[in-house]
Amino acid sequence: MALQKVLNVSGTAVPVMGDEIDTDRIIPARFMKCVTFDGLGEFAFADAIKEAENAGRVFPFKSEKFAGASVLVSGANFGCGSSREHAPQALYRAGIRAIIAGSFAEIFFGNSTTLGIPCVSLPREKLNELADLINQQPEMVVEIDLEEKCVKAGDWVTPFTIAETAYQALVEGKFDPIAELSESNIDGVAASLPYVSGY
Amino acid sequence: MKRSLFQKVWDAHVVGKLSDGRTQLFIGTHLIHEVTSPQAFGMLRDLGMKVKFPNRTFATVDHIIPTDEPNEPFSDPLADAMIKELRKNCAESGVTFFDSNTGKQGVVHIVGPEQGITQPGMTIACGDSHTATHGAFGAIAFGIGTSQVRDILATQTMALNPLKVRRINVHGKLRPGVYAKDVILHIIRILGVKGGLGYAYEYGGEIFDQFSLEERMTVCNMSIEGGARCGYVNPDEKTFEYLKGRPYAPEDEAWDRAVEHWKSFRSDEGCEYDDVVNINAEDIAPTVTWGINPEQAIFIDENLPDPASMPVESRETAVEAYEHMKLKAGDPVKGTKVDVAFLGSCTNGRLSDFEEAAKYLKGRKVADHVKAIVVPGSQVVAGIAEAKGIAKIFEEAGFEWRGAGCSMCLGMNPDQLVGDQLCASSSNRNFKGRQGSPTGRTVLMSPVMVAAAAVKGEVADAREVFDIA
Repeated sequence: MALQKVLNVSGTAVPVMGDEIDTDRIIPARFMKCVTFDGLGEFAFADAIKEAENAGRVFPFKSEKFAGASVLVSGANFGCGSSREHAPQALYRAGIRAIIAGSFAEIFFGNSTTLGIPCVSLPREKLNELADLINQQPEMVVEIDLEEKCVKAGDWVTPFTIAETAYQALVEGKFDPIAELSESNIDGVAASLPYVSGY
Repeated sequence: MKRSLFQKVWDAHVVGKLSDGRTQLFIGTHLIHEVTSPQAFGMLRDLGMKVKFPNRTFATVDHIIPTDEPNEPFSDPLADAMIKELRKNCAESGVTFFDSNTGKQGVVHIVGPEQGITQPGMTIACGDSHTATHGAFGAIAFGIGTSQVRDILATQTMALNPLKVRRINVHGKLRPGVYAKDVILHIIRILGVKGGLGYAYEYGGEIFDQFSLEERMTVCNMSIEGGARCGYVNPDEKTFEYLKGRPYAPEDEAWDRAVEHWKSFRSDEGCEYDDVVNINAEDIAPTVTWGINPEQAIFIDENLPDPASMPVESRETAVEAYEHMKLKAGDPVKGTKVDVAFLGSCTNGRLSDFEEAAKYLKGRKVADHVKAIVVPGSQVVAGIAEAKGIAKIFEEAGFEWRGAGCSMCLGMNPDQLVGDQLCASSSNRNFKGRQGSPTGRTVLMSPVMVAAAAVKGEVADAREVFDIA
């Protein structure tokens, strides 16, 4: 399958700061009663949005200030918890095309990469600087430059880190592996395993 | 070269290297359920592909099934559509479905082992993060996303990077009233929810040698809560004994060949690990969570920790946790009022969990203000517990005895917390909103501690409530 190479993602950004933002926060389980991913976007961060409303605050993901954002900024271990692909699917359908965080939970990272959403990591002080910049200038375009491996926001530039295999998959447009998986000698391996071929 | 079980199983299943550098790994056993598979079947249809190994794919229904409503159509039309979609997908592709009328339906991680599908040396995957449960048998079992469910349906393989292996030894002897659940909550407490990133956890030491397969499953189940993609225990005689005679276990001479094969996967004596952690069993007391992630846990006789005393990076989450849980640093956790008691889930919904709790509940009553439910992990567990009189003990104590399913572990079915109810729960996650109410509060603990909390109407030390010494 020919996929678009992901070399650069840019757009306005929304900071959802804090560590350990788990998949139940990103998409509460009760919204997963569905047989397609369509329509999940409107439930992204549903409980966090409601919780902020009840406390008289506006959750950034819902805020007019950050409307139309395509880059999400967060803290450490983003996407921890469940393996639900509903989480990156909900973010994608809410318009998110790249995530910048302190670190990522592994399954979430893999699920996002398969959808072509780059998940790049910055050290905490850089994340905080970036969040401050976005809060001060929400209209500012944040760019994830995969070729130069850096995040740019106006004059502010800092290198990011990302797992090498995910990086290669994105920049070569091979982040969805299905075509390549189908081509190989699967039956040979199956035949070598007694629990598949029979004891 | 000496190798760990992880490396041996990995090596036996490698198909090749993909162009992005990831490994293509053969997944011998694929378990599916109604929440994360329908979209994958849809993608498969879009691609014009078929299920490659229907005989290596097994389905059940668990997350959405109402536990107090055995007949379809379910009152929730979305849930009803999901079970019918799975039934249709399985029928069309020739996949075995442990449907609600088979007597074998249940939580996917309870059904696999119970049917003897889960075996040592396998690779197993399921679109559910608690798939590591199957590691208790010496399998390498991964939780995966829906696109990977599609990949495995279509090719029986998936793309991934190898993991490092951390050996976690628990030495000595557990004190009375301390269970497998306390062991894993303690491991996560000390290694943290991020501690396992990039690792497979190999659990060992005398405690794991002594543990039954059901206890090993409880520990492996929560590996992901510590950030580890999978967790396992080396297979031994107990593993083989558990599997013998199960519906999908090999028979006769094939059984003997299988056991020899399974033994060959054990980690070699003296193999290298990327990290080793040693824990003394005597140091572990009954453990409960107080916050909104599973590392926020303390012993039942400790006071709630002060965020100021924590590492800087943990403070913000701790403050958020206290706000959500309506608890105060410095207070004892013991005595916190409980509204709901939930006993069940893929962590603690097996026969031995219920036997142990029932032993202490016999002749006692649930506190008046507590709603208590006990949910067997499978129809098989339910049948045995009912035949042995265990269900009756729960009912006489004031618990509702339900049908098999995920129930209140997550808010995808009618069993949900209401408002800011606090639930003493034998499940695996205390995330905000996890049990169905955005403001609901979860305190994770062992089944016997849930029983104690139900009886006292507050978070309690089961050793005191039930005179365990």
